[in-house]
Amino acid sequence: MARAVSTSRKAVNTALAWGVALLIAFPILWTFLTSFKPEPQAVASPPVWFGFDWTVRNYVDVQNQRDYFDYFWNSVILALGSTALGLVIAIPAAWSMAFVPGRRTKDLLMWMLSTKMMPGVAVLVPIYLIFIQLGLLDTRIGLVVVLMLINLPIIVWMLYTYFREIPGEILEAARMDGASLGREILYVLTPMAIPGIASTVLLNIILAWNEAFWTIVLTTTNAAPLTKFISGFSSPQGLFYAKLSAASTMAIAPILIMGWFSQKQLVRGLTFGAVK
Amino acid sequence: MTMLTRALLGATALCACGFAAAAQETTTLTIATVNNGDMIRMQGLADAFTEANPNIELEWVTLEENVLRQNVTTDIATNGGQYDVITIGTYEVPIWGRQNWLVPLNDLPAEYDVDDLLPPIRAGLSVDDTLYAVPFYGESSFVMYRKDLAEAAGVTIPEQPTWDEIKAAAAAMNDPDAGIHGICLRGKAGWGENMAFLTTMANSYGARWFDENWQPQFDSPEWKAAITDYLDLMNNYGPPGASSNGFNENLTLFQQGKCGMWIDATVAGSFVTDPNNSTVADQVGFALAPDAGQGKRANWLWAWSLAIPSSSDAPEEAKQFLAWATSKDYANLVAETEGWANVPPGTRTSLYENPDYVAAAPFAQMTIDSINAADPNQPTRDPVPYTGVQFVAIPEFQGLGTTVGQEFSAALAGQKTADEALAAAQELALQEMTSAGYIQQ
Repeated sequence: MARAVSTSRKAVNTALAWGVALLIAFPILWTFLTSFKPEPQAVASPPVWFGFDWTVRNYVDVQNQRDYFDYFWNSVILALGSTALGLVIAIPAAWSMAFVPGRRTKDLLMWMLSTKMMPGVAVLVPIYLIFIQLGLLDTRIGLVVVLMLINLPIIVWMLYTYFREIPGEILEAARMDGASLGREILYVLTPMAIPGIASTVLLNIILAWNEAFWTIVLTTTNAAPLTKFISGFSSPQGLFYAKLSAASTMAIAPILIMGWFSQKQLVRGLTFGAVK
Repeated sequence: MTMLTRALLGATALCACGFAAAAQETTTLTIATVNNGDMIRMQGLADAFTEANPNIELEWVTLEENVLRQNVTTDIATNGGQYDVITIGTYEVPIWGRQNWLVPLNDLPAEYDVDDLLPPIRAGLSVDDTLYAVPFYGESSFVMYRKDLAEAAGVTIPEQPTWDEIKAAAAAMNDPDAGIHGICLRGKAGWGENMAFLTTMANSYGARWFDENWQPQFDSPEWKAAITDYLDLMNNYGPPGASSNGFNENLTLFQQGKCGMWIDATVAGSFVTDPNNSTVADQVGFALAPDAGQGKRANWLWAWSLAIPSSSDAPEEAKQFLAWATSKDYANLVAETEGWANVPPGTRTSLYENPDYVAAAPFAQMTIDSINAADPNQPTRDPVPYTGVQFVAIPEFQGLGTTVGQEFSAALAGQKTADEALAAAQELALQEMTSAGYIQQ
């Protein structure tokens, strides 16, 4: 029987949820508003909320200074490429960990996660030297591999969690029907784990899109994504907040729109197996 | 004609075509810059360079100052060769020049007129008389003040003020109820933020970072006097939350009419007198940085400069670009297209002898006087083993300067007394210099 919730309680919960959502969304909202302000009003104290001279000048200036789409396409290629490559490696890895675990599987998973705890700058010089030797500096392929490696532990962990929710008996049945290992993963496991895989893909695209250490250090112009685009609009001297906000809005808009349209899949995937 | 002759002729023609193609081959220069008005303007005007040099293409990488420093350092240290021209400051040039990370620039063409570069700036970009970078724009620091507020308060700020006169003027102009603070100074921690200002203030009080044997000097009475006066000034007449204020925050406060005085970079002169962004554009007066009778004024010396990393595979083309971007012709080009007030300041003597420029920039004379008053090789009253006015040109300074800056920022925020901050600074500097091997135990 559903629990009865009073109207006043509902109202309080709704107000609370809106309050928290606004608090979380405030920086983005503020950036968005600032991007339409003239530079002096962007730093006015006390701040001007809505009664400023709205202008799209900052967007025009930003686009004139650097071509947004050069960076945008690099971001798309890096995010999609690293996620796809990650899936190719992580699906078999997660399958073996979930369905044929060994004595050291848990340790292996923990070790994979522990690599996320190391600050990237600690291995900057060796990675940079490897990139020089292999001629990978400022190339998309180099960045795709690095981003894939950075996010691989998360992909494996997420897929492992989803796969464990799938009864092994179904895979066993497929095997008894004569399915090879590849067919078992491709035609039986993967379709059943689609919500989990979808949310893993979405989350990793977001993570790869926002990665702002390696993408800035290992690129100059050819493979530079939107993170590099934004970083050029911060200035040591002079007013820059409005233009920086415009550049930031342009950089986060695609991922925000993608997140908005795929929120159903994201929530479904993230709560997959939570209710039995 | 025999087959052989024909074949030879054909081969020769092919080779000739190949050589012709090679001669036409373009070189791409990757240029790393910071995002400021002068650099962005240069990107806009760079077509003039590529039209005159059709075999050279330019690619720009614009980065935030600290990101640029990190990227360029990594690239040069590992011989990565990602950049052909880099934008660096007077802090890096002596350090990187000594390590042979930069291409020497002593062979610039005669028409470049290297002797026209302002002597203190040139000295700051040279190691043992070898020039390692050419200045794109240079700056010192000076006092900017509100003429209307000074007049209303009945104070006169002389062209060469002392710290006592600055203190008196700050007290007279301070009117927090009307939202006006007597003085705005940097408080945000960082070697290039509060320590740039505090080091020059300490220099003017006769203090120094280290003695000739690299012993830290924060326990000296000169440092104590400087920090005590700084805290008194800011606590009594400064804006609230000043420990978070750097250049940009103070610029905003001053432009909005909330500061009686502001002591900071001479490059701010053009910002505060720009009627499009400043509400007090027609009320700004300028004076030299203050002194305390110790023979040194509290003014710094900085130049954003262009250099060629030794890992570049096109140093000759890069030199061509450097010579163009910092030439007299470039200054004329900016003047033609954007007006004289927008010409990058603080690099060449000829600019300050140009009546058009002096007429267009009311801060010109004060800027050149401030730059000429700075000596990067003898920055302090007493002798020191280092170069640099508002910094110490050793690799350890970035980290040490910022840590010490955090102590003084904490003192400004009221979390520590001046004595506690100075004692902590002394301890930190002693540890760093000992572990880095400057002090032998």
